[in-house]
Amino acid sequence: MRAFTYERAGSSQAAAAAAAAAPSAKFIAGGTNLLDLMKLQIEVPTHLIDVNPLKLDRIEPTQEGGLRIGALVRNTALASDERVRRDYGVLSRALLSGASGQLRNRATTAGNLLQRTRCPYFYDTAQPCNKRQPGSGCSAIDGFSRQLGVVGVSEACIATHPSDMAVAMRVLDAKVETVKPDGATRTIPAEELHRLPEASPHLETVLERGELITAVTLPKPVGGTHIYRKVRDRASYAFALVSVAAIVQRDGSGRVALGGVAPKPWRIEQAEAELPRGAKAAAAALLDGARTTKDNAFKLPLVERTLGAVLSEARG
Amino acid sequence: MNRRDLMAAAGACAALPLTQGGARSQPAPAGKPVKAEVSFTVNGRKHALDVDTRTTLLDALREHLHMTGTKKGCDHGQCGACTVIVDGQRINSCLSLAVMHPDAEITTIEGLGTVENLHPMQAAFVKHDGFQCGYCTPGQICSSVAMLDEIEAGIPSHVTSDLTVSVTLSESEIRERMSGNICRCGAYSNIVEAITEVARTRA
Ligand SMILES: Cc1cc2nc3c(=O)[nH]c(=O)nc-3n(C[C@H](O)[C@H](O)[C@H](O)COP(=O)(O)OP(=O)(O)OC[C@H]3O[C@@H](n4cnc5c(N)ncnc54)[C@H](O)[C@@H]3O)c2cc1C
Ligand code: SF4
Repeated sequence: MRAFTYERAGSSQAAAAAAAAAPSAKFIAGGTNLLDLMKLQIEVPTHLIDVNPLKLDRIEPTQEGGLRIGALVRNTALASDERVRRDYGVLSRALLSGASGQLRNRATTAGNLLQRTRCPYFYDTAQPCNKRQPGSGCSAIDGFSRQLGVVGVSEACIATHPSDMAVAMRVLDAKVETVKPDGATRTIPAEELHRLPEASPHLETVLERGELITAVTLPKPVGGTHIYRKVRDRASYAFALVSVAAIVQRDGSGRVALGGVAPKPWRIEQAEAELPRGAKAAAAALLDGARTTKDNAFKLPLVERTLGAVLSEARG
Repeated sequence: MNRRDLMAAAGACAALPLTQGGARSQPAPAGKPVKAEVSFTVNGRKHALDVDTRTTLLDALREHLHMTGTKKGCDHGQCGACTVIVDGQRINSCLSLAVMHPDAEITTIEGLGTVENLHPMQAAFVKHDGFQCGYCTPGQICSSVAMLDEIEAGIPSHVTSDLTVSVTLSESEIRERMSGNICRCGAYSNIVEAITEVARTRA
């Protein structure tokens, strides 16, 4: 790990301003992703701003009948919240399917959204990787790419976004609230938070330098059957090969988003229009334009089958 | 003292007061170690440390406080050998910085029981042979003790079938909730037996 100075944040705006002022500062929340990457010198901040002292650890009702989740609410606390369990079950399920009990006790809502890819070549500093070192090339495209993405990917990068929680947030139409270094606040719809890699996979979100996530809001509950189905190489404690977050209504209409297949939670309007017609049609719309490698082509039929299993579970 | 050293000193000082106010510090010149003070309680005893900011909670316990019960396995949050209980919750001490825990109450394996007076979970691990080489055991025991508290607090898991009713203890609940603790010797079935016995007597 490289040396860094450390400060404890006094206020959200001060934290944002401090992050913009230092040449390569990073916020640290749970630390479960950042410290992992700092040990490998994939992340090399010279200054850390510990956001844990900020009182952003509450879940409150919003005026619109939804919930505002503080950026520092831990994954365990969010998954266990009674309102989330009752009205946003897909979110509880997604959180509980990720990482381990120990990690969820530390991992935060904002940190989870901003966790970086698990592409094995991103982690291996001896190999080219456009995301880690822009312009160096992508080792995954011709390498071991079983875990990697099939939609939304580019010539430069085929990495996936590894978060389970983010897939549920996407299907719930969550919004991300932030504060910028000058104190201005804004609201970013979950669908706009992460960028597609195109030619610059190192740019992962639309957040500006120093911009701090303060909360994530959920709109009023939409009812329906909530399902998060995660397919992985082990029954527990593994990242998704494919995951499906779905909210299905009695009439067969609903919403669906995919994890494990794209650089961001993957949700396509056309697929939802197809949902009442079944998994085959919806999967085809979700995977339109897919670009596979020989290692990860299995994800296309796996998406269709997982979606099929989800829809039949929803029918009961 | 040249300019670089001066800046390092300035950076170090600014980072020292670990107050709620949050002093702003100068960026560190590349590569220069920065120190900071932190104090927390470990197994009931208060400790004040002056550590390199890079020091993980795990290294603070082992290298600074010489409490080597907590083990370093993968050092990347994957194996669970470093599990300790901080303010009542189990965490991976390898993925947390010591300076992030001012005033925390930390319990390690050394604080759960003594050789003369084992914690019930320690006794159950011995009785059921819940280990072979023993390296993952302190993490397994800290994790399982806090895990039973999580069940008691009604925290659901991936295998909990209904999120709207209270959790019932079962073997699959224990296995799922302990999946963050890897045992290279594969003593899992005995570990589950040990935990189950303790859970039954607690209930
Ligand atoms: C062994 C292992 C297994 C895992 N398995 C899974 C899994 O199956 N599914 C899954 O979804 N995840 C998994 N994870 C990842 C885990 O969910 C993330 O590490 C965690 O959610 C990150 O949250 P954090 O608070 O610890 O973030 P940190 O590590 O503190 O931060 C992550 C990033 O977010 C930034 N950040 C933090 N807070 C803010 C803020 N308020 N505003 C702006 N930026 C901020 C940081 O600067 C950093 O860049 C696993 C992790 C490990 C180590
Ligand atoms: S897929 Fe992306 S993260 Fe993986 S090696 Fe290629 S550029 Fe790097």
